[in-house]
Amino acid sequence: MSNQANTSDIQFRQASVEYNFGFLDEYAKKEVRRSVLKAIAIPGYQVPYSSREMPMGRGFGTGGLQLTLSLIGKQDTLKVIDQGSDDSVNAVNLRSFIEMTCPGIDTTTKVSEANLIQSRHRIPEQALREDQVLVLQVPYPDALVVVEPSEDKRKIMHGEADYSRLLVKLYEDIVKFDEITISHRYPTRINRHYVIDSSPIPRWDVPKMNDSRALILLGAGREKKIYAVPPYTLAEPLEFDDVPFRVESFDDETDKRRTCHRCGCDHSFLDEFVDAISGEKLYQCSDSDYCDEQLKARSVKQGLEG
Amino acid sequence: MGYVAIKGGGKAISGAEKLLEFVRTRQGQSAEPLDLDTIENQLYFLHSRIMSEGGLFHPKLASLAIKQSLGDTLEASFALRAYRSTKPRLVESPVLDTSSMRVIRRISASFKDIPGGQMLGASSDYALRLMRTELLDESPEAFKAVAAKWLDENRHDDIPDTFPKVLDALREEGLLPPVDEAAAEKKPFDITREPLVFPVPRSAALSTMARSETGSILAIAYSNMRGYGDIHPTVAELRVGYLPVMLPHPITGELIEVGEVLMTECEVVAMYEDEEDGGKPTFSLGYGACFGHNEVKAISMSILDRALQSGMKNGPTNPSEDPEFVLLHIDGIDSMGFCTHYKMPHYVTFQSDMDRLRTTQDKHDDKHDDKNPGADNV
Repeated sequence: MSNQANTSDIQFRQASVEYNFGFLDEYAKKEVRRSVLKAIAIPGYQVPYSSREMPMGRGFGTGGLQLTLSLIGKQDTLKVIDQGSDDSVNAVNLRSFIEMTCPGIDTTTKVSEANLIQSRHRIPEQALREDQVLVLQVPYPDALVVVEPSEDKRKIMHGEADYSRLLVKLYEDIVKFDEITISHRYPTRINRHYVIDSSPIPRWDVPKMNDSRALILLGAGREKKIYAVPPYTLAEPLEFDDVPFRVESFDDETDKRRTCHRCGCDHSFLDEFVDAISGEKLYQCSDSDYCDEQLKARSVKQGLEG
Repeated sequence: MGYVAIKGGGKAISGAEKLLEFVRTRQGQSAEPLDLDTIENQLYFLHSRIMSEGGLFHPKLASLAIKQSLGDTLEASFALRAYRSTKPRLVESPVLDTSSMRVIRRISASFKDIPGGQMLGASSDYALRLMRTELLDESPEAFKAVAAKWLDENRHDDIPDTFPKVLDALREEGLLPPVDEAAAEKKPFDITREPLVFPVPRSAALSTMARSETGSILAIAYSNMRGYGDIHPTVAELRVGYLPVMLPHPITGELIEVGEVLMTECEVVAMYEDEEDGGKPTFSLGYGACFGHNEVKAISMSILDRALQSGMKNGPTNPSEDPEFVLLHIDGIDSMGFCTHYKMPHYVTFQSDMDRLRTTQDKHDDKHDDKNPGADNV
């Protein structure tokens, strides 16, 4: 554990009551794990589960958290990210809670060191391995909700693989705007049947789900669903023959790819922000661990050259 | 620069929590911290509401939840509910008979002379909502004297403990459908152990409503009362009291009383419906019950129970009759959590949104330019 995530300044929060390892009681964890097995067996199918209330807000990652707490053991090394960063408020909050209720586990900020990664809104840039599990937090588990509010009716549509209304929505977008307007949460067909809501990852991350070496588990706590993209499984974003799926563009006005102002990376998802002092628009890797790694590699290279 | 908003989360969270703790304690040197008994007694209705919405009858922890959440009802119920998640389900009680309730209040709007009589109990129903300025600066002596005087003037054994149920009288007269004994035998749906997959049994609807957020269930029930629905309820009986909880003895299996819970129960009678089997028409029923003393919630629940039963039978004709619409939108923990989550960073998704908008704008501009070759040619 070379890179212990720094959450020691949250000594203010102490568990005032003795809780079970992983907060949840063992029956609850077992239920989650059984749901996970079913989700893996039926790729992309939303498995309903009872979903316990966690001591943090519904919508703050309680679905992902229940998956993590049900899967984690003392031998595991955990990484928690939010918006690509290990140090964002919600990631810190989740990690400190997991550390508090799972004494003995290791935490890290490095993708390569973790075997369990819980994330909100991003899939790490670095390709994952077979021995890793990625847990994604999901606010809306059902891609059909944009065309059908009733869960009962959506369940039938999924069973029949009836995604015609969703495809019509995409088509209407093209008619109205010349573009499919769905940015994140891009509907993605898994193993040629179920279309999933890919969770609010950007389009950039959707191709990483296809044929992934790592198991990807998606947990929606408030909506009480667990679903999975198992390793080496087809994950195809919905598209038309003449309108292929495209990821976010980071090209500038001259069609040149923007780079990270910090590490110089030209192939990662970038956050844009305005420098408070110069007023200049800057771009930086959204994945903070990847940015650090690129920076390190660059300085090593420069060191060798210099 | 740049990442200031997203980095340093640990310190920020810790600081924010410490500041909130300061807000809780800032009253100053002369202040006394709230003690849990004070909360349970002087904030009686708030306390009731938290136990009901938290879905856990634990008077002490309910008081603690109110104290640590600075009186925020959603937060306090949330803390209680989250505590509940850590506890396994060890044993189930049999169906408890509310006629054995130690009643502190019971009223009926259907008859003046109900068997056992009306008992108003503690209620503000007919109080004038005027500011009681005499309480502005209430002395501890005056405060204690009020309770002492009341106890002196009222003899505890004047009132019977239990009362017959109004519904039983109506049922004897043949105005109500007979009790569905088969339904009583069915194992109730446990919403804490199973997800709601629609259609759900009535027991799932009832238990979801029993721990719903008061304002949410009131709003949907009110829509039915105003005309987005057709229930026209009459309160046959509303009772508040302490219900003995029976559990089987671990060795003998014999039922023993393990304690009692404060509950509010409401039974409404609604207009009769066509009987499909050609049987005698009777009034229909709606049922509401929850922990604590929460009358508005119990009445709202009984109206929605009637509305949902009607919707399940005939198909919903308005939101309050649609089980999915009602049951998935009345939980305070779910709705406040999701509402609050919008405060979290959404930088990545917003970046992705901007990409879509800019791409669409570019295409719009291109098209616009094609159609209007420019002012030069005019």
